[in-house]
Amino acid sequence: MSLIHLENIHKTYHAGAPLHVLKGISLDIERGEFVSIMGASGSGKSTLLNILGILDNYDEGEYRLNDVLIKNLKESRAADYRNRMIGFIFQSFNLIPFKNAMENVALPLFYQGVGRRRRNALAMEYLERLGLRDWAHHLPSELSGGQKQRVAIARAIITHPQIILADEPTGALDSQTSVEVMELLRRLNEEGMTVVVVTHESGVAYRTHKIVHIKDGLIGKIEENPNPGASPFGEGGLMK
Amino acid sequence: MGDLLQEIFAGLRRNKLRTALTGCSVSVGIFLLIVLLGAGNGLIHAFEANSGQMAMDLLRVWPMQTSRPYDGLETGRTVKLDNRDLRVAENAFPGRVTGVDATVSQSGVRLSRGDRSLSGSLKGVYPDHMTMHKGKLVEGRYISPLDMRERRKVVVVGRRTAEELCGNVGRAVGSYVRVDSAAFRIVGVYADQGQMGSVEAHVPFSTLQLIYKKGTNLEEMSLRTRGVDTEEADEAFQQDLRRVLGKLHRFDPADESALWMYNSSTGARESAEAMNILRNALWVVGLLTLLSGVVGISNIMLITVKERTHEFGIRKALGARPWSILRSVLAESVIITALFGYVGLVLGVAATEYMNVLSGQRTVSVADMEMTVFLNPTVDLGIALRALAVLVVAGLLAGFFPARKAVRVKPIEALRAH
Repeated sequence: MSLIHLENIHKTYHAGAPLHVLKGISLDIERGEFVSIMGASGSGKSTLLNILGILDNYDEGEYRLNDVLIKNLKESRAADYRNRMIGFIFQSFNLIPFKNAMENVALPLFYQGVGRRRRNALAMEYLERLGLRDWAHHLPSELSGGQKQRVAIARAIITHPQIILADEPTGALDSQTSVEVMELLRRLNEEGMTVVVVTHESGVAYRTHKIVHIKDGLIGKIEENPNPGASPFGEGGLMK
Repeated sequence: MGDLLQEIFAGLRRNKLRTALTGCSVSVGIFLLIVLLGAGNGLIHAFEANSGQMAMDLLRVWPMQTSRPYDGLETGRTVKLDNRDLRVAENAFPGRVTGVDATVSQSGVRLSRGDRSLSGSLKGVYPDHMTMHKGKLVEGRYISPLDMRERRKVVVVGRRTAEELCGNVGRAVGSYVRVDSAAFRIVGVYADQGQMGSVEAHVPFSTLQLIYKKGTNLEEMSLRTRGVDTEEADEAFQQDLRRVLGKLHRFDPADESALWMYNSSTGARESAEAMNILRNALWVVGLLTLLSGVVGISNIMLITVKERTHEFGIRKALGARPWSILRSVLAESVIITALFGYVGLVLGVAATEYMNVLSGQRTVSVADMEMTVFLNPTVDLGIALRALAVLVVAGLLAGFFPARKAVRVKPIEALRAH
């Protein structure tokens, strides 16, 4: 039983002229995989990620996450699934600007009803794991891009989700930091977390174990990458 | 709850100026509501104080003309009430009539003392006349039952008459005045409230009837009543009275024009109604003022929600349920409204207290009667609490549409917003 099971997913946007973005995506992602979805801009990869993250709905087909059918959920139900099953990492970090790093990390626990003391303690624990202990009380505006993304990663994993969804996680970072962030994701995967990265950069994609090429709303080919270390740019090398 | 409040206050701190400006409109609204209600209370209290000076339990009866044929008699007969009717009215309704008074009057009377004289009228009254009509004695005594029985030539004059004839009020009591050709002893002086111009002296009813040859007829009868202050009781009593007097004077008990009756509690009832209307009107004006403040809050909440759309998107992605978003917007709205409303409430109460100190006892003189025009213009705790309840509801109302807007936007759209 796959963790993610997509079957013939269709999605059309109706802003002005109808835009058929996803034209029948079928994909299975197993528990513990480290997958990237790669494609040019406009290929539908972000739409696919939004559907995977229950941030958007789809028109046709079937999406099962952890054997739960995700279709036409009520918003409160969807919120619960997002909270407990999915950890998001965004290109623009999406930290709440007036909350400090610790509060940002603790926020998902707030929506689980965890008490302030306990969730702040847990947030500190995760920040420490990511080497940000000293920045716990800084606002996002006082952090560098890499630090912000590490805060976002801490926030994504604090609820022990089934899956991490990363949307262009290195898009706003320089190459050095990008390598660090990808390394973090790899370590998370090694600890057993399923990670899905959406990117248009091959340097990022080739650090994952499986590359799903998407083009014009259809899956082109699925490439196995048994040796991510031997990426075209080499370990610790430039990804951009 | 603590988390919620902390988030809201953090949010308010970020937009201090905007929050303060908007909040001011609510403060002003509730301030005006309180001041209006306070001022209205000042008028209402003054009115109540004044009406305390008026008799509220009198049924006054004047004999008129019949308008229906009855018992073989044609219409248009003049009804004449006499001394007997007074006894009958008193005895027929022992529970409802607690005092009687009748008057008969003589106008064009000359009152003189030494070389000073006045022309005016005499009013023959019963001993209870003064207390029943809430008159005030300033000196001496009023007509007594003994005066009545012995038909004494005693007179109670108005204050101005006393001053005119005797120089001052103190000297008047005990002295004699000529009333036309008879000498009357002044036994008391009453406050001639609001009577402008006319000179009216009170003498015993029986004396006037005798001297001026009025026979046994009376001009007006007043009954002090008990328990007929509701409309139904008043109606019933008037019917009973018509039936009893109709039997004596042979007119149709259903003939409303045979006797003209006026129950003073009718006036009290009507003015109570007027006061209610005034009070409601003040509430309406105050609430409308408050409404403009609430619309302001609603507006600012809409802007806040728009600004925070991206943040709400993040929160939704992290698992915020719709209720959580709704609650935070509503709570913010209620807190702004309640906070600034409370400030307005306190200022409003302070203003009414100041008003009370400044003009809480303002009176004007009508003739020689003091009329209170403004008394205790403050609001009580009940009104303040009601105003607070209104505020909370207003806050909920102001926040509702913005909150719904925040909830309805889809997470992916909210995340894209910038």
